[in-house]
Amino acid sequence: MSQMPKWADLVLIPLISLIVAALLSALVILGIGEDPVAAVKMMVTGALGSTYAWGYTLYYATNFIFTGLAVSVAFHARLFNIGGEGQATLGGLGVALVCLALPWPHWALALPVAALGAALFGAAWAAIPAWLQARRGSHIVITTIMFNFIAASLLNYLLVNVLRPTGSMDPSTARFADGTHLPTLHDLLAPLGIAFSKAAPANISFLLALAACVAVWMLIWRSRLGYEIRALGHSEPAAIYAGIRPVRTVMWAMLISGALAGLMAVNTVMGEAERLVLNSVEGAGFIGIAVALMGRNHPVGVFLAAILFGFLYQGGAELALWTDIPRELIVVIQALVILFTGALDNMVRMPLERLFLALRKGPA
Amino acid sequence: MDFPTLLQVLDSTVRLATPLLLACLAGLFSERSGIYDIGLEGKMLAAAFCSAATAAVTGSVWLGLLAGIGGSMLLAGLHGLSAITFRGNQLISGVAINFLAAGLTVVLAQDWFHQGGRTPSLLGGARFEAITLPFAETLRPVPVLGPVYAELISGHTLLVYVAALLVPASWWVLYRTRFGLRLRAVGENPEAVDTAGVSVQATRYAAVAICGLLCGLAGAYLATALQAGFSRDMTAGRGYIALAALIFAKWRPWQALGATLLFGLLQAIALRYQNIELGGVGLPVQVMDALPYILTVVILAGFVGRAIPPRAGGEPYVKER
Repeated sequence: MSQMPKWADLVLIPLISLIVAALLSALVILGIGEDPVAAVKMMVTGALGSTYAWGYTLYYATNFIFTGLAVSVAFHARLFNIGGEGQATLGGLGVALVCLALPWPHWALALPVAALGAALFGAAWAAIPAWLQARRGSHIVITTIMFNFIAASLLNYLLVNVLRPTGSMDPSTARFADGTHLPTLHDLLAPLGIAFSKAAPANISFLLALAACVAVWMLIWRSRLGYEIRALGHSEPAAIYAGIRPVRTVMWAMLISGALAGLMAVNTVMGEAERLVLNSVEGAGFIGIAVALMGRNHPVGVFLAAILFGFLYQGGAELALWTDIPRELIVVIQALVILFTGALDNMVRMPLERLFLALRKGPA
Repeated sequence: MDFPTLLQVLDSTVRLATPLLLACLAGLFSERSGIYDIGLEGKMLAAAFCSAATAAVTGSVWLGLLAGIGGSMLLAGLHGLSAITFRGNQLISGVAINFLAAGLTVVLAQDWFHQGGRTPSLLGGARFEAITLPFAETLRPVPVLGPVYAELISGHTLLVYVAALLVPASWWVLYRTRFGLRLRAVGENPEAVDTAGVSVQATRYAAVAICGLLCGLAGAYLATALQAGFSRDMTAGRGYIALAALIFAKWRPWQALGATLLFGLLQAIALRYQNIELGGVGLPVQVMDALPYILTVVILAGFVGRAIPPRAGGEPYVKER
C-alpha cells in the first residue's frame, strides 16, 4: 500500500484490470470469428447512441448501483454478502405486496411505502445469515448462497400457489394498479423541455439510487455506525478493544446491505415489469460483486462501475440482437472483471508497486 | 409406495447423487488443504461442455471424458493461480470462475454448433452406456434381493461405480498416506508443514488439481451419462448443493457419501412427485428443492452437530522470511 500514491490504488489499478479484461474479451470475440472493433462500435451506439439507449443503460445501472452499494457496505465490515440475489428477490416480494395491498391513488404515496417494503424484506432476508455469522460463527458466504436458493424456491412457491391470480397460467402476480406506476425519465424530463425516449424503462428509481449513493457515503464516512463498521473490518480485536460491539455492528452492516439489495426491486418490479415475475433479479445481485470490486467500495466508484455495467448489459443485448454473439458474452466480461479486480488484484498490483518503488528511488 | 416404485426412486437417487458425490469429494480435497472452492459449479459446467463438445465431434466418450477433465483442471489451475500464487480472495476467485464457465460455455457452444447454446445430442459410443453386472438377470427372480441387485446396483454407467469407489479411495488417501496427512495439515496449520520442509504451495496446488480432476468427472457424467449432451446452465446449482453436502458431511469422505445420497434422494423425490402428502399435510415440491439448503443452514448454525471448517481455510499462506 505505502509504496504507491493513493490515486494509483484508486484509479490506476482498476483501470489496468479493466483494460486487461477488455483485451481478453476482445480475444474471445476474435476467437468466435467476429470483429471486436465493430462489436464495440455497435455496443456504443446501442447503449449510448440515443436517449432510448441511455434509458436502458440507466435502467440497468440503477439495479447495479443498489446491488453494488449493498456489497460495498458489507465489504467495509469484511463481510462478503453474496446473497444480493436472494435479498433482491425478497425485496421484489415486499414491493409486490405493498403495491397489491392498497388501491394507491398516486405513485408519490406508493413509492415511499414500496421502497420501505423492499428494504424491510431485503434486510429481513439478510438478517438470518447475519445473525448466524455474528452469534454462531457460521460462514456468511455459505449461508447467503444457501439463502439465494431458498429465496428462489420460496418465490416460486408463492407465485405458483398463492399470489397467482385465478385463471392465469403465468407464475406471476396480477398487474399493479395505475396508481403505482412510476414516472419514467421521459415523464420527469418533459416539463424541463428535455426530450427523452418514451419507451425506455429508466424511471425515478434512478434518482433514488443516486440518493442511496449519497446516503451510503454519509453512513460509511460521516457517521458513528460507519466508523464502527470500518473499524471492525480493519481489525476485529482493535475494534473490540475500542468498545465497538461486533455482533451489533455485523448485524447493522448486513441489514443495511440487505435493504440496499432489496431496494433494487423498486426499479425492476415497480418501475418496469409492474408485476412480480419469477427471476426478476436476473443476476443483478451477482453483478453487484463486480461493481463493488471495480468501484473500490466507494459510492462514486460504485456509481461509475454501475454505469459501465449498464452500458455492457444494454450493449450486449444489442449485440445479441444484431450479431451472432450471444448475450452470455457479457457474463464472460463480467467474470473477467471480477477475476482481475478481485481475485488477481495482486497480479496487477505487485509489478506496479515495484515500478513505483523504482521511480521513487530513481530521482532521489 | 409399493416396492417397484421404491426401487425406481432409489435408482434415480443413485443417478442424481453421483455428480453431487464427485463434486463433493472434489471440494473435500480442495477445502481440506485450506483452499475454499465455491467454483465447483463452474468447473462442473466447463467439464460438461468440454466433454459433450468433444464427444459430439469425435464420437468417442473417452476423448470426451479427457477433454472434460482438461477443461475443469484448467479452471482449477486458474483458481490455484489466484488463490495460491497471487494470494487473492478465494471466494471472489470462485465467483469469477462460475461466471466465466457460465458465459464461455454458451458463447463457444453457440459459435461451434449453432444450436442455441447446446451441443448436438450424443448417440451410441459418444455416451457412457449402462453396465449390467454379472448374474443380474439370473438373480432377478430371487425375492427382494434379486430386483435390488438387478435394478439398483446393476445397470448404471461406469462413472457411478467409479464415484462409489472414490469414497474409500479418498478416505485412504486422506487418512492413510503421507500426502493425505500433509494435505490435511496445510489446511489446519500451514506454518507447521512449512517448518517441516514441505512446500505448502505445492501441496495446495496438488489438492486443487485433484479437485479439478473430480469436478471433471462430475461434469462429464452430467453431459455424457446422465444426459446426452450439454445445455446451458445444465449443472443447475449442483455445485452449490455439493458444497452444502460438504458442510453437511463436515469435510469427511464417508459422510460425504451419506450427505450426497440424502440430497440425491430429495432431488429424486422432487422429480417424481409434485406434491407429497405427509400426515395429511401437502408438502409442495419447492420445499423439496429448498430442503438441502435449509438443512445446511441448520447444520451451519450449529444447533445439530456443529460443522467446523479446516482452520486455515480461505487464508493465503505467506511464507516467513
